[in-house]
This record gives sequence, structure tokens and C-alpha cells, in this order.
Amino acid sequence: MNVNQHTPMASPYGQPQPGYGQPGYAPLDGGYPAPYAPYNGPTSAYQPGAPPQGPVRGPPVSGAPPVSAPQQYNQYSHSQGEMQNGPPPMTQAPPRPAVSQSYNPAGMNMTGPPHPSYPQHYGPPPTMQQVTNQMTGMQINSGPPTPAGPGYAPPNSSQPPVSTAYTAAPPTSYAQGPPPASSAPTQPPPPSGPAAPQQYYGGPSPPSQQPFNSSLPPTSQQQFTPAPPPSQQTFPPSSYSGPMPPASQAPAPPVSQPQQSFPPPAQPTFSAPPASQPPAFAPGPPLQNQGSFPPRGPPPSSQPGSFPPPGPPPTSLSSGPYPGQMPPQQHPPPSQPSPYHSGPPPPGVQMPPTSMAQSNHLPPGPPGPPGPMQQPPPQPGMPGGFPPQQNGAFGQVRGPQPGYAGPYPGQPNYGAPAPAPAPAAPAQKRLDPDAIPSPQASDMPAVQKSRHRIDPDAIPSPIQVIEDDRAKSTEPFTTGVRGQAPPLVTTNFQVKDQGNASPRFIRCTAYNIPCTADMAKQSQVPLAAVIKPLATLPPDEIPPYLVDHGESGPIRCNRCKAYMCPYMQFIEGGRRFQCGFCSCVTEVPPHYFQHLDHTGKRMDCYDRPELSLGSYEFLATVDYCKNNKLPQPPAFIFLIDVSYNAVKSGMVNIVCEELKTLLDYLPRENPEMDSVVRVGFVTYNKVMHFYNVKSSLAQPQMLVVSDVSDMFVPLLDGFLVNVNESRQVIESLLDQIPEMFADTRETETVFGPVIQAGLEALKAADCAGKLFVFHTSLPIAEAPGKLKNREDKKLIGTDKEKSLFQPQVGFYNTLAKECVAQGCCVDLFLFPNGYVDVATLGVVPVSTGGSVYKYTYFQAQSDRERFLNDLRRDVQKLVGFDAVMRVRTSTGVRATDFFGSFFMSNTTDVELAGLDCDKAITVELKHDDKLSEETGALMQCAVLYTSCSGQRRLRVHNMAVNCCSQLADLYRNCETDTIINFFSKYAFRGILNSPTKAVRDTLINQCAQILACYRKNCASPSSAGQLILPECMKLLPVYLNCVLKGDVLLPGADVSLDDRAYLRQLISCMDVSESHVFFYPRLLPLTKLESDSLPVAVRDSEERLSKGGVYLLETGLHLFLWVGASVQQELLLNIFGTPSFSQIDPSMTSLPVLDNPFSQRLREIIDSFRAERSRYMKLMVVKQEDKTELIFRHFLVEDKSASGGASYVDFLCHMHKEIRQLLS
Amino acid sequence: MSTYQEFIQQNEDRDGVRFSWNLWPSSRLEATRLVVPVSCLFTPLKERPDLPPVQYEPVLCSRANCKAVLNPLCQVDFRAKIWACNFCFQRNPFPPSYAGISEVNQPAELMPQFSTIEYIVQRGPTAPLIFLYVVDTCLEEEDLQALKESLQMSLSLLPPNALVGLITFGRMVQVHELSCEGIAKSYVFRGTKDLTSKQIQEMLGLTKPGATAQQGRQPVPQEAAASCKFLQPVHRVDMNLTDLLGELQRDPWPVTQGKRPLRSTGVALSVAVGLLEGTYPNTGARVMLFIGGPPTQGPGMVVGDELKTPIRSWHDIQKDNARHLKKATKYYEAMANRSAVNGHCIDIYACALDQTGLLEMKCLSNLTGGHIVMGDSFNTSLFKQTFQRVFSKDYNGDFRMAFGGVMEVKTSRELKVCGAIGPCVSLNSKGPCVSENEMGVGGTSQWKMCNLNPSSTLGMFFEIVNQHNAPVPQGGRGVIQFITQYQHSNTQRRIRVSTIARNWADAQSQIQHIESSFDQEAAAVLMARLGVFRAESEEGPDVLRWLDRQLIRLCQKFGQFNKEDPTSFRLSESLSLYPQFMFHLRRSPFLQVFNNSPDESSYYRHHFVRQDLTQSLIMIQPILYSYSFHGPPEPVLLDSSSILPDRILLMDTFFQLVIFHGETIAQWRKAGYQEMAEYENFKQLLQAPLDDAQEILQTRFPMPRYIDTEHGGSQARFLLSKVNPSQTHNNLYTWGQETGAPILTDDVSLQVFMDHLKKLAVSSSA
Repeated sequence: MNVNQHTPMASPYGQPQPGYGQPGYAPLDGGYPAPYAPYNGPTSAYQPGAPPQGPVRGPPVSGAPPVSAPQQYNQYSHSQGEMQNGPPPMTQAPPRPAVSQSYNPAGMNMTGPPHPSYPQHYGPPPTMQQVTNQMTGMQINSGPPTPAGPGYAPPNSSQPPVSTAYTAAPPTSYAQGPPPASSAPTQPPPPSGPAAPQQYYGGPSPPSQQPFNSSLPPTSQQQFTPAPPPSQQTFPPSSYSGPMPPASQAPAPPVSQPQQSFPPPAQPTFSAPPASQPPAFAPGPPLQNQGSFPPRGPPPSSQPGSFPPPGPPPTSLSSGPYPGQMPPQQHPPPSQPSPYHSGPPPPGVQMPPTSMAQSNHLPPGPPGPPGPMQQPPPQPGMPGGFPPQQNGAFGQVRGPQPGYAGPYPGQPNYGAPAPAPAPAAPAQKRLDPDAIPSPQASDMPAVQKSRHRIDPDAIPSPIQVIEDDRAKSTEPFTTGVRGQAPPLVTTNFQVKDQGNASPRFIRCTAYNIPCTADMAKQSQVPLAAVIKPLATLPPDEIPPYLVDHGESGPIRCNRCKAYMCPYMQFIEGGRRFQCGFCSCVTEVPPHYFQHLDHTGKRMDCYDRPELSLGSYEFLATVDYCKNNKLPQPPAFIFLIDVSYNAVKSGMVNIVCEELKTLLDYLPRENPEMDSVVRVGFVTYNKVMHFYNVKSSLAQPQMLVVSDVSDMFVPLLDGFLVNVNESRQVIESLLDQIPEMFADTRETETVFGPVIQAGLEALKAADCAGKLFVFHTSLPIAEAPGKLKNREDKKLIGTDKEKSLFQPQVGFYNTLAKECVAQGCCVDLFLFPNGYVDVATLGVVPVSTGGSVYKYTYFQAQSDRERFLNDLRRDVQKLVGFDAVMRVRTSTGVRATDFFGSFFMSNTTDVELAGLDCDKAITVELKHDDKLSEETGALMQCAVLYTSCSGQRRLRVHNMAVNCCSQLADLYRNCETDTIINFFSKYAFRGILNSPTKAVRDTLINQCAQILACYRKNCASPSSAGQLILPECMKLLPVYLNCVLKGDVLLPGADVSLDDRAYLRQLISCMDVSESHVFFYPRLLPLTKLESDSLPVAVRDSEERLSKGGVYLLETGLHLFLWVGASVQQELLLNIFGTPSFSQIDPSMTSLPVLDNPFSQRLREIIDSFRAERSRYMKLMVVKQEDKTELIFRHFLVEDKSASGGASYVDFLCHMHKEIRQLLS
Repeated sequence: MSTYQEFIQQNEDRDGVRFSWNLWPSSRLEATRLVVPVSCLFTPLKERPDLPPVQYEPVLCSRANCKAVLNPLCQVDFRAKIWACNFCFQRNPFPPSYAGISEVNQPAELMPQFSTIEYIVQRGPTAPLIFLYVVDTCLEEEDLQALKESLQMSLSLLPPNALVGLITFGRMVQVHELSCEGIAKSYVFRGTKDLTSKQIQEMLGLTKPGATAQQGRQPVPQEAAASCKFLQPVHRVDMNLTDLLGELQRDPWPVTQGKRPLRSTGVALSVAVGLLEGTYPNTGARVMLFIGGPPTQGPGMVVGDELKTPIRSWHDIQKDNARHLKKATKYYEAMANRSAVNGHCIDIYACALDQTGLLEMKCLSNLTGGHIVMGDSFNTSLFKQTFQRVFSKDYNGDFRMAFGGVMEVKTSRELKVCGAIGPCVSLNSKGPCVSENEMGVGGTSQWKMCNLNPSSTLGMFFEIVNQHNAPVPQGGRGVIQFITQYQHSNTQRRIRVSTIARNWADAQSQIQHIESSFDQEAAAVLMARLGVFRAESEEGPDVLRWLDRQLIRLCQKFGQFNKEDPTSFRLSESLSLYPQFMFHLRRSPFLQVFNNSPDESSYYRHHFVRQDLTQSLIMIQPILYSYSFHGPPEPVLLDSSSILPDRILLMDTFFQLVIFHGETIAQWRKAGYQEMAEYENFKQLLQAPLDDAQEILQTRFPMPRYIDTEHGGSQARFLLSKVNPSQTHNNLYTWGQETGAPILTDDVSLQVFMDHLKKLAVSSSA
């Protein structure tokens, strides 16, 4: 994989380019002006196209044998891929354009070939998956494909062509490949394409769609009908033509493919695809590749799927489509052979494709355990995907195998599983993830069942969804395709940047957003993006490139000031560019001028990250700096409470001891160099003690400032020092601090002046920086920011409860503002023994992009590890300072609201004194005009910040999403985890102003509306008593319930106000993966541990716990090891080294180091969990029926909670009731 | 007593007192006609090696508003063991311990030779001396280094039990804790914020939080401990403090081009004063302020930090153009008064090439008896030796400094005290002997002198209140008693009592006697003090006019002349030098601000009003010695005619010591004759003034500026500006060239001055 990635890297530009190029080409060909916009379309289109194909193929392929083929392919592909990559681009550029256009349709048709497309988009594969997800969309897929179609078509076609013609260049291959192949055929294909679709429509697909799509289909149908004819034609040029067209295309493709272009394109395509695929695969392990293939498989299948989708409802229909589809596929194979001949690899490849798909499916199948298996055997691979879809959709009812007929549909579902919204409904009926057999049609029965007694296994299972998504996400996710949802946060996947920001940087609630405000309002689905601008990427992904545009700074749009990005369209031979956001035309500065190629792309497109990638950085000029002066390197200031409590708890000792070593790990960008970050030290109780640690001193000097009412910094030189230069003095200081205050009797502390002190120090040094405040108690000493104890349990549940979350005094708000102005970020470590008013103390950290850590009743012995690990991480992590984030969007939507740790002095600029790699900002978007399906919606998030080496930079993340005019598309391409992230942040801010109960009701109500809207507009008509959930949102109820019953919104009696305020603030800056595990903890059974994989998690319910087992529960903040009362001795021996349950020491915070594989593996797992999270999780051993089990149970979120939170089942019923009320 | 000369000398040696008149006119009317008031220069702690202090306490008059001390002038009834107070005539019994007295067994205080006597008071706790260094760190590296060395050196001069403290300041003010091990600890104050004494003490942790009712525990022990943190016995923190001083950095705050460093002198002083106020009120303490430039921020700011804005000059002040002057002066005055109330003195050691704000800050030292030393750099011997001399010791090995002095004046009925001029503040003690007519600091019979040394001299002014129609009985004597309580540098509390009596004389019948009892030197200095005192508040020309007026009136009163005939004017011997003193006084920097910065004027005046008579006279009329091959060194006229080519001149102006080589001498020296064996005599001639100068330098405090120059040298201006310009470019040719050096000035010469004086004195219209 790495290899691939690398290549992509190098070529990445190239790769994306192809995509773009194609789109561009398309436009050119089309001559449409719009075409430009289409770029996005095309790219996205590709993916979609692919996905649909995948599914389709998959199903047909069902045959396991093919699998083997895929492997071969892989190998081939490897070699070929490389080969292709190299040469193809060279040669075929020119032809492609034309081809591509033609291809579009062809491509669509090719979908069968989609495989090829996969190969091309190694990245795409994921997309494929997604697409497939969209699936249920199967129909929809078809629909989606349409959108994709237009775009896709080209890709597909291109892909195939690529493969064929150009085995050589996968990237180029796109363009090139397609062209050649298509060249002759392609051109014709377009017409054919249209024709084909029409035929399709007219023929099988339309009908099928109609019936099936009850909800979805209808949309698709509608789309189809209108779209198809025109769409096809138009599609090529403007991929956007609309999602619909894609759909049409998708369906069309099969037909068309077989009929028209298939043979020709197919062959070439196949060869190409395979080849390309292989390369992609090559990187990955063979098996995985296969795995990845499955997705591919799905895509193909998707096409069929698409057909099926229409079919889904009428399983039979779907089946119908299949045949049709199958043929096409089959056809291709035959055709492929020939190509194969031409190139050995190709043939193999081709073969594989189909087989691959199948095989892929199969392989996944295996991973996707029982569910898939149970379901259609062929689908097995798919199963993973399928089940989820079904599950999701179903809620209660499962339309299992019967759906099969619909297996295809199912397949589409697979693809869709995650995203698959619309189809979900139907799919649900048919299939259950858990593969519980039930009558297909038996939606009703299911419901009835649920009424009687709801089987917990019958309701959507988060675990199943997660596992299914994992199973599907075996290939890198490429970001080039617009509108496709990325894999879930729980899935490990690789990302290839092809023009949109990686999901690690940006995740959206919906990847197809409604075109109009009315639609958005109707659906109530929040439109938001969770942005984590400085996210850490896994080591195998390359961090954003740094681009230097010279002294004049980054090139920007004259009007909206958007930064140069792939959405900028160069015109007039490259002398000007048109902004993709506001359409304003801007002159290209001479030094940036570059000729355009015949496709309208700049010649240097792939050499410039800002023209081909979704994420990159600009070097900022002095114009972007405060006071027009380049920034000084930042500084870290450690402010340590040395009052009686702090000393007694051991905190002072630990901090001082740790700092000695920690100072060697200050953040730096170049590991070879010493960090340029300077450090300073302050201790305080009622007064402040500054330290002069200038290197020339023999001893540190302590400067006491008692004038806390009017804080100032007593020294400049010698306060902030370079660690290496002053090491001796610093160590001496850190040795002496604990001694000096060992006998202190001072119990009062101040807090406001502490931050002021740090702030003043930074001001004096004229630099940005970070304060690390180690604080123990409520600041009651006479000073600004003095607080009083206001914890009053009686207020909880009343209208005044909100006041407890609001800061007690306005002082800290003002202070926070000053901090932000200076770029002073505050990290607060709290060690309270009582109420410290986190709501107030946290104001500054939260407003400055800092973090709050809380260690209640801190004890050196048991909390040391956790604190130190948090501290180490906090100090070491990369951080940017003095940051300003601005989100620009294309006309029609606007970023209206922001959630996170920051400060805003106006409505558009998010100001962050500090921004570290763990902080996410959630941005809510609202319509202020209509959006166009063709252009989609663009978003550019630019963060101006000072790096930890003192360099001023601009990080730019671009994101394009589709716009849809059908609700079904919206529901099919959204992400529940992100929605929950948004909802929780929204609600947690709401409790500042409204009673908690009102906030909860609002949440429930909005979710009910979302689901009701789906039911009303997208699901097939069925009994009102049936609960139908969109595939992508089938977990919404369970997750929502977790939010509602969390400590913040529904506190138990033992939850302190501080804890709630703490969690409230903490979640406000969480990214999706953290919020996900926080709300729905991961619970792993530890009976058997395999060395290379984690055990499959179980649902967070006591029912799932076995007395004889040991479980590990992770929430992102806590880690529990639950030991059943009748656990096997062997397990105990392996884990604790003791044979007796009663001898387990519940106070242990780390497991004994035992020399047995089980213990080793368990500790590995625990370590890996900790490494995943931004905060260290202290391990708590919970023995069944021990007192501490109460705490543990609190995290079994599917159960009824002690504080009155509903169980999952109950809540689902409640939601159902709400929905029905809304519907009636 | 043979002559008044001897009488005066004897009195000065015994009592440290010089009266303007040694016979007192017996009525108010006559006294006013004498022009020069009955007044004296009193040196309370005049060194008396021959006067061992007695180890008991003085016997006081029992009358509540009298409390005069038993003295040799009292009438004593040895048999009844009763003595009569010679001020209020109260008859007091002797205390029991005096039971054994008789004519032949008299206590010391009754013996005439003990008109000045010193008692050691055994009561009360003895507090150690306190030295608090307040150090400016906005100095050039070299200066700071020199200063640090001087300070470290001074530690070795302090008595081991003395408490020391250190405050440094620049942009911030740091109070250093001295008792800490391992880590140097200091409390920091912002340099721009004026804090009350209470706030300062709170911030230094000198007061317990108990005051605010939070926790009222262990207030007392904490206070003791707290004060110890900053003021520690030298012997205990010697090493620490030496290291601390060694590590003292220049003020680390960057000073940008075109700016002065930010110097928080005002707050630093405020903290110093507040610290002492809170820890050791009414204990002898010395705040030693070392500054290298003007205060530029916060309260007490004298000039802004913009270099483009020059510090105020006399010109600005006259134009009322000195922005910060009034505010700063007020600030420092308030500080000085606070400090004086607590008995702490403040020294200012200002070393900089530019002004440092002494004008505003002078009251700190003037009111508390502290020193002011002005130099160009801390890295000069002038500063180093002067500073060292602060810690000089007397014949007993005790510091020549005393603290917390309170001087009370008692007068017999015919007299009242009008005021004092010198390093003191009023204690506002009203009493029967206080005159309503104020001269100098008046309205009280008690003054506080926070710091005293053997040369500290007050000018005391009295008023004769006896009415003309109620003549004093023949043979009656007016009596004045000075009671000075102080803390000796060895921490003993002592009381020195001087009782002085003078005869009354009827001015009409005994005017000759009165005239001959005139002490023209004392009178000149006293009149000069009055003049300087006036100059502080009045315009320069007004003071000069007043001085002239007084001189003319005196001449009219005592001169012998025929009306309207200047040539007939004669003055008796006892007044003969007086006009000359006045001539030089008029030209002195004490009254002339021309060519002097406000700081310099303040500096000169500061020293003028505290030195004893001899030094004061030198200041008024510098001494000029001439060295030549023609004879032994001789004092010569302070006149341009004394500047001859073959002479070496040594001029002592108190502030400067100028050695001037005449033109010829300078050429010889340049030619290197002194190196030749055959010109050994020339070498000796060159050496002679150096040796004499050295002798003067040995004793002078503060060290004078030592100037070695020659004819035509730029530094010769110091000499030329002082001598009487008898030869100028105007009258040069009429006087001939051989007799001296012309002075390029438009100032009048003594001759012209005298001519005018005579003319006015004899004029009936004047």
C-alpha cells in the first residue's frame, strides 16, 4: 500500500489530475462552460460509478472461484500498475479528453468494468465502498451513480480505457486509458450511452426502479426519466447533470456496456482496470487487496445493484436487473479475454475483476462473520455490508435472505450499508445484518414482534455496523470523488488525497446536501462539518505539503479571498482564474502564470499541491502576521500551584520531577533540531513566584509578585529561556521547588492573576505561547477572578441549572479575549479535592483552544501515570499558535455556527490562541440560497497559524460535496457519527441558555423529524406501525440515547457539577472518533486474543457480559477491565497471575507484567488503546458485584441507567412513537 | 577671655555653637536694628574626645511645660537639695540619688566646664542599626560593576549585628529576601504603581492575613520572621548578600533606541520606606539610594523615557515648563516626611553625567539628614571614597553617624526661638519658647534629625522678646539650652545637653560692645543660610536684593562715615570681612543658578545648609593657596591677580579641589624638568600642593572633585569662575598685564561691589 501511496504522492497530483483532467476534458468536449465545475463532478462521478459497479459485479460474480483470479490480478496489477503508471500518462493525454466524454456514458456502461475504475482509484475503492453503501441506494446507487454517472461515466470509461490502452498509467490511465479505448468506441458510446440508458430505463430498470424504490426508486426514477436522456448526453460534459443522471447512467451502463461500447471499452477497460487495480492492491497485502476488491466487486455489483435497487423492493425485479447486469459483466469478461491476450496481466485482471469482485466479496465475507455467511453465500463478501444495511434499515424487522433475490439489492445495500439510506428501508425489510431469517415481506411482522417483546438482537447493532464497515474498507479511501462518505471512524483505512481533504481533517454530516433550504429544513438533517485542521496523520500518510508563493503571498480570489485550490478554474489561456466559490474572475499574477493544456488544466497542475490536493499549507508572508512582523518562536510557561493541597497531594513533586525530562521533548517540526520553544516557570499560591533561570546564573532566582490585583511580569530576560542553554539552572530550580514549599501552610490560591501573569509574560516577550497551569482549588484569595463556592445540587433540574454552567464572573471572559489577542493558549490541569468551579475556570482554556484536564482527588500513587502521560502528550503534541480559521463556502451556503475551543470576535473568524492536533471545530452550514447539483457545494477551511517553530503558515483544507434535489440522496450519504458529534455539541451549548430538559426534548424532536421525514419521503409505503430507519442513520437512535443519558444532560446523583462542566467543555472540541467512543464505549470480550486482530466488540449491555469472561471497556477517558465472578482460573492466571477471583486487587492501575502470550497481548491492546486517544486512560479493574461495578455499569449505555436514562430498546420505542406522531 | 576671638573659639570647641552676636541686645527693638538676627550655628554632635558621657540620666525640671535639664547655670541649694530651673525658675528637689551632693561633691552637670554634657540612657531596648541598599540597575555594565564592588566592600565595614537589606530597581522593584538558601528570592513590585505603606507590607507578607479575618493565627511570630526575611544581620547573610550582589544583573528590560531606561525610583523608595515603616519604626535606619539616572516612570517620575525630551533645566522651571516637577517634588516630600516620622534617613548617591532628579528628590535627604553625593560615575574614586567615608569611624571606633536625633531648644524668658535651618524637620512642638516669627523651619521648639554626624550643623534663629521698656536687670544673662537625644551608632541612646548663656547689653549705651561681639563669620554663614532657605521658594533676584538690603543696612548701622561721602566709609575690624563674604556669596552657586543645573544647585545647597561653619565659609569663599619658589605656601586673595605664571595655585571650594599650574610652571612641567635630578626643587614644588590636597581629601566629606589643571586648560574654568574678577577683558589694559590673568566675565569685581556698597551705605536715601 505504501508503495501505492507513495506513487500516488508523487503522481497523486497526477492521479487526481486525471480525474480532473477528464472532467475538464469533458467540459471541453462538451464545450460547456459549466463543465469546469463539473470537475468535481467527474471525479466524484467516477467513484460513484465505480461503486455501483462494484456491487453489481459482486453479486453476479457470486462465484467464489474468481477470487483466486483476483489474487493473480493483484500480482499482475502490481507490476502492471507500475508499468502503467509510468508510460500511460505520457502518451495518451490528448485522446483522453474526447474519450473521457464519450466515456462517461461508456464509463457508466462500463461500470461493469468499474473494476477497472477501482484499480484506478485505489483510493476510490473506499469510495466504491461508500458508493456501495449509498447503495441501497442500489437503486439510488444507480441514482447516485448518476451523479457519479456523469462524472463516473468518464471515469469508468476512462478507467477501462485506461486499463486497456494504457495499462501504463493508472493515473493518466484515466484520461488516457479511456480515451484510447473509447476513442473509437467512446465517442460513439456517448450516444450509445444515452441510448443505452434510455433503453434501460425504458426497459428493465425503470420498472424495477419504480417498484422498488418506493421511496428511493421513485426519486431515482424521476431522475431517470428526465435525466436519462438528457442527462446522459449532458452527463459526460457536466458530470453534475445531476445525481439522477448517474443513476440513469448506472443502469444504463450495464445495458449500454453490453450493447454498445462494452466490448471495446470493456476490453480495454478491463485490462486497464485490472492492471490499475493491481497496482493499488499491490501496496496492500494480497488478501487485503482482495478484500479491497470486494468493494470493487460491489461497485460493479452496484451497477447491477443499481439496477437491483430499483429492483430491491421487488426482489424479483432486482434479480431481473441482475440478469441484465450479469450479462453485461459476462460480456465484458469475454471481451476481456481478448484484451488479456494482448496483455497477459490484463486478461488476468479482467477476469479477476468479476471474479475479484466476487472473490472480494467472499473474502470480506469471511471476515464479516456469521451475518454475511448466513445470508446469500455469494454475497458473503458483501454480507458484511449487507447485514448492516439491513439492520440499519430495519430496526426491528429483518428482511434477510429473501431479500436476496434482492441480494443484489442487498449488495447495493452492502455498498450502502454505511451510507445506504434510502434503499435501507427496503433493504431492511429484506435482510438482517445478523442474518436472522425472517420473511422478506415481513416488515409488518417484525414490527409486531418488536411490539411484543423486542429482541435486542433485532434492533440495529452498532457493533454490526462497525464491523461491516471495517470489512468493506479494505482499500484506501480516495478523496477525489465528490459526495461519497468516508469509512466510519472506527475503521482503519488509508486516505489518498485527490482533491478533497482527508476525512481525518474534515468529516461532514452529509455528503449530499440538499439544494435548497426548504429541503434542508424538511429533513432536519444538520449540515455540519467537523474540522480538525491540524490532525495527526498516520505515519504512512504524508502531511500536507508546504507551498511557498513567494513574497506576494498565496494567490487568492480577489473577491472572496479564497485561496488557490483545485476548484479554481483557469481561463483565457491561463491568464485568469475563476473562483469556484464566488465565480469572481481574478488575474493570475505573472509569476504564477502557466499555460493550459488542451483540457484547460494548467500544465503544472500536478506539480502544485494547491491545484491538485485537498489539503496543503501556504507559507504566509508578513502581511499575515500580527503587526506585520514575523512571529517570534512561541514559549511554554509552566505555572504550578504550590499551596498546601498541591504539595500534599504530591502534584508539585511529580510535576517538577517530570518537567526535568519532559523539557527535552518540546514540540519541534524537525526531529533533528532542538525545539525553539522557550520555557518559563511560575509557581503560585496567593502570590506569584516567577523564576529567573538565565543560563548565566549559578542559582535560579525567585521573584515574588504579591500585587495580584494588578498583575505584571517582573522580568523578561531570564524568564523565558532556551532549555538547553539553561538546563543546569532549570534542573536546580525544579529540584528546589518542592523543597521550598514542602512546609507551606498557605491554602488559598488565586487563579485569574496566574493566567494574567503568563499572558503578560508572553506580551512582554512579544510571542505567542502556551500556559500549562497546574491548579488545585477554588481561587478564593483576594484577587481578580476570585470565586465563591456556588455548587448547589438543589438547582439541578430547575430552570436555574443553566446558570451553573455559566461562568460565575465576567472576568475570565475578558481575560480570555486578551489571551486570544496575544496568542496565549491555556492548558489547565486541575487537581481538585472539592468544588473548583470548572465552568468558570475553564472559560479561558476553552476560549483559547486549550484543554482542561481534571484529576479529582488526585493521589500521587494511583493517578501519577495518567497525569504524566497526559502531561507528556500535551507538552509534546504539535500545536499552532495565534490561529485564525475561516471557512469559505460556495455561494448558497454559509458557515453560520461554530462549536469548539476558540473565541470569535466576529461572525466569521474563528480565533484560536492555540490549536493542537486533537482539537476539532464543528461548523454548521446553512443555506442562504439555492445550490446547484452541477457544481455541488464547496468548502474551504483556511487556518492561519504560527507553527511551533515560529513560522507563519496557512493550512488549507478543501472539501466538495454533492448537492441533491432528492431527499433520498441526502439520507443515503450522511454520517451518523458526525451528526451525533454535532448534536452533542449543539446540545451542550444549549444547556448554557436553556433548561436541560428542553435541550433534551429538542434533540429528540429533531431526530424524530429527521427520521419521520425519511419515512415519509424516502421509504416505501408500509404500515405506519413499522419503524423504518435510513441505512446511514439506523444507529441514530442508539447514539442519541447515549447523548441524552450522558452525565451532562442527565446527571446521576453522584455526578458533580464540576464533572458535568468538565465533560461539557471536553466534548465541545472532540472530533468524531473521540465523541463516538465517548458516547458508545468500546467493549471487548477478552476470552481469546489473537495476535493480529482485536476481538470483535460486543454491545454495551450487561446482557452481553458473561460471568465467565473478562471484558475491556474503553470510553476515551476511562478504561475498565471487568472480571466476571465465575471467570476461569486460567484467565485469571494469565491476566493477574493469581488463581483466585478474590485475590484480584481492584485498586491496581496497571496489569502485572506476566510472561504469557495472553497477558502480553492484553497489555498490547491496552497500550494501543491508550495510544489512540488524546488522553491517557487509567485502567480500573472492576470485579463483578464489586462496589466499583456501579461505575462500570454506567458505561453500559444500552441498558437503563441508574440516573433514569432509557435503555436502547425503550428509547427506540419512544422514538418510534415520536415518529409516528409526526407522521400522523 | 582676652578677645572675642578666643571666646568664640572656646565656645565653639566646648559647645559647638557660634553665635552671630555674643552680646545680646536687651530689647526686641534694638535687636531688629542690628539687622543680623541673634542666631547661632549649632553642631549638636560636635566631636568631644575630651567629654566622656556620663552613665546616668539627666535631671529634669519638674514643671510640665519646661522639662529643662539641670545645668551649671542653675542655682543650687545644696543644703535643701533643691535646684532652681534657670528657664522657668521652678524650684526642684534633687532626686534621691543626688542625696550626697554638696559644694565639693557636685555632679558633672553642675560643673561649669560641663556646659555641654552627654548622658547615656539605659532604658529601652537597643535596636541594631539598619542599612537598606536601594540600587538602581539601569546602569552601564561598568558602573554597575563598580557599584556592586563598592556595596560588597561596604558589607565589611558594617558592624556585624547591623541589619542589611537590599532593594534593586529598574523597570520593576525587587525586594530581596536574604535568608534563603539555594535560590535567590525576591519580591517584585511594578514600577508604575503607587502603593500605600499598608499594601506594601501586605505584599511583602509583613502583616498577617488575620487583619482581614480570614485566619487570625500566629500573628506575632510571623511578623518577626517576616521582617527578618528582608533585613538580616550582616554576619549571617554576608556571604549570601555578597553573592547576590555579585549576580546582580543590569535591568533586563530592553531599552529601545531613543529611550531612557525605565527607572522606578519613586516606587523603589516607597517600598523601602514602607518596608522599614512596617518593620522597624522609630529605629535608626539608613536607606541608601544609588541611582544612575532620573526616575522615568511611575510616581516620582522626573522625566519621560523619551530621550528627545530633555530633563528640566532652570530655564524650563522658570518658564513653568517642567511637567513633572511639582508632582514629583510633592511625592518625594511626602515620602521624606513619612521617613522622617519613623526616624529613617535617606541617602542619595547619584552618579550620572546628566541630571538624576536631585532637585525633586533633595528633600529626601534634606529632611531626613541623609547624604547626597553627586558624581559622574560609580566607577570614580570620588564616589568610591566618598561612599567608603560614610562608614568612617571616630576615635572610639564608632561610626560617625547617629540616628533618630531629636533636638529641643529651651530659652530663658527674654528669648524665643524662631526656627532652624539645616537637616531637620519640625516636630511641631509648641511651647512657651516658640516665637511666632518664623525663620527657617519654625513654629516649634523641637526638631527631628533622623541622621546626624559630628559635622551636622543647624542654623538656629532667635528673637529677643524683651520689651524696650522692661530692661533686663544688669548682669542678667540670657540662656539657651539645646537638648539632643539620639541613638548612638553603637545603638546606645544618648542625650547631649548644651547650655549656653550670653550677657545682655543695652544697645544704646553699649553698642560698641555689641559691635565687637559680632562674629562675622557665623553671621555670614547664618545670613547665607537664610538666603539659601529663601532661595528655595523665591526667585533668585529677590533673594539677592534682600541680601544686599541687609548688607547695606548693616553697614549703615555699624559703618562710620560722613553722609553722602563714600570715601569716608569705614567698618570696624569685627565687620571688615563681612561684605567680602557677601560678595562671594552672591556669586556662589547657592544663590546663582546660572551655569548650574537644577540638580547641581540642589546638591550645593544641600551641603551648604548642613556643614559646620568652617566648611560653610569655604563654600562661600573658597580658599586659595599659592605655591612658588618665592617662599612657603601662602594663602592669597581669591582674586584674578593671584593667577600668576610662576605659581601653582590650590583652590578649595569644598566641592572642588583645583590645582592650577601657572603658565610657566606648566611649561616647565611639560618639558619634564621635574624628572631631572638637578631640578629636584621643582619636583618638590609640584608635589607640595598635591600633598596638601591629599590632606584635605582625607577629611572632606563628600569627596571633592579633584582637578589638576594648568593655565589655559579647559578645567581652569573652575578656578576662573571663582576668583574675584578684578581683571577682566574690560579693564585689562588699565591694570597692566603683569599682575594676573584676565577673567572673561561681565561680573562685577569686588572693588566695584564695595564701591557701590559704600555709596549706598552713605546715601541718606537708601
